[in-house]
Amino acid sequence: MSEYLKPLPEADAASQPFWDGAMEGRLVLMKCSDCGQWRLPSRAHCDNCLSESFTWETASGGGTVRTFGVMWQKYQPGWAAETPYNVTIVELDEGPRLPTNVIGISNENIRVGMRVKVDFEKHEDVALPKFRPV
Amino acid sequence: MAHPMRGATAITGFGMTPMGRIYKSTMELAADATRTALADAGLKKDQVDGLLINAGITGTTGGGLTLGLQNYLGMGNLRLLNHMNAAGSTAAQMVQYASLAIAAGMANHVLCVFADAPLKDGSSAGAAYGGSARSPQRPRGMSALFPASGYYGANTPYALAARRHMATYGTTQDQLGTIAVGQRQWATRNPLAQMRDPITLEDYHNSRWIIEPLHLLDCCLVSNGAVAVIVSSAAAAKDMPQPPVYVWGMGQGHPGDSNRTGSDWETETGAKAAAQTAYAMAGVGPGDITCAQLYDCYTYTVLVTLEDYGFCKKGEGGPFVEDGKLGPGGSLPTNTGGGELSAYYMWGMTPLSEAIIQGRGHGGDRQVKNDVILATGNGGSLSYHACLILSPHAN
Repeated sequence: MSEYLKPLPEADAASQPFWDGAMEGRLVLMKCSDCGQWRLPSRAHCDNCLSESFTWETASGGGTVRTFGVMWQKYQPGWAAETPYNVTIVELDEGPRLPTNVIGISNENIRVGMRVKVDFEKHEDVALPKFRPV
Repeated sequence: MAHPMRGATAITGFGMTPMGRIYKSTMELAADATRTALADAGLKKDQVDGLLINAGITGTTGGGLTLGLQNYLGMGNLRLLNHMNAAGSTAAQMVQYASLAIAAGMANHVLCVFADAPLKDGSSAGAAYGGSARSPQRPRGMSALFPASGYYGANTPYALAARRHMATYGTTQDQLGTIAVGQRQWATRNPLAQMRDPITLEDYHNSRWIIEPLHLLDCCLVSNGAVAVIVSSAAAAKDMPQPPVYVWGMGQGHPGDSNRTGSDWETETGAKAAAQTAYAMAGVGPGDITCAQLYDCYTYTVLVTLEDYGFCKKGEGGPFVEDGKLGPGGSLPTNTGGGELSAYYMWGMTPLSEAIIQGRGHGGDRQVKNDVILATGNGGSLSYHACLILSPHAN
């Protein structure tokens, strides 16, 4: 496999379970123990009810394309070879919105409202949640 | 009964530097604009007893205005001072807080200053705002999902918002393009504008993609420069040299985080709440507005702002602008100096500066009916919004 030049995330303490889950092929997110709202990104307080109580739960992995753009600017050298590429916000069935890319489909065929499912792109020490049409 | 703030204050001083590739520090630019504004208002520096400061993108990237501007300008008589930041909504907010402070007797003449200098000699406008240099190879935490998805710069969220509007309401690329073409027509009449060559809808479509659905000509310019505005009481304004531009209405609305669960941030903005407050204070409605100066970081921002101010129904912004009514000769002259798309990008000072020029009747070839002027500011990813309703009439 050729060298991966795009930015590759590293876990921090607050997000470790998310990245551990991703390596196991699971979409693991914080869920408020008081009001039940799922959240993203990871943070100590629920942005709905400000509770500090939460659990990490596995989301279904299903979602809908909320909106997307097709990027032509070459902001970062690692992305240049793939330009134009899609930047997509997937609204998970549990509510949170995830910045990602839709894979397995040409950019022209992506539609707002399209049903998608998570598919992890695995690297040596991290896995990235991408989404495929279902 | 009229609202006590309606017409209580006025804009009495105004200064601008040249705009574009002006290679001076933000402090120097701010001082240039301030010197012009003081002369314009007929005020000595020591008569100014309030200073509100707003840095642009250089407030984040480095070299931006700080509270130290007070000392650079040598202002020792201040009774009111702050460095403010609610992104592109700050300019309108500075005039709002200045007006409230003046009405409360806390200050007499408040100087509101914005300066920015992101353009460096030999580097592109995109480099000034793109953020690529700030993206490491191994970004940490959950926010790393953004660079890991190729989500960069301010262009991305606005493209995402425009796409959502297009998919929800059928808004077309031609309709966005019509806004760009109309504003360029205005810019051809503005000697201060950076881009003064007329464009057609075909030019718009032929301009390169930045991030679909945004072409280059959907996106604002990047400028170095400064704008200084002085706010005084309406009573004081009557004896000052320039035609006063009275503040009739003020409002804000801040939906905040664009990624919040359940938010419709793409198509419903803070302008809605701001409009309600400002219309009520001014005692006017959208049908009374004779010209609009709307924050236009992108063409789409103009379209969604028109909807949220009630010029048309939600979702009908596309058909509303399609006939060119925002351009010269149209029924709702909008961004009559060319706006941020074609004239200069001074955050919220772009719409405010043109509102002052129009309000004074100093628009020259582009002067329009100025009885009731709406000036808006928006920032973040449609996260923050503030507005002013201005008029040359005291009542």
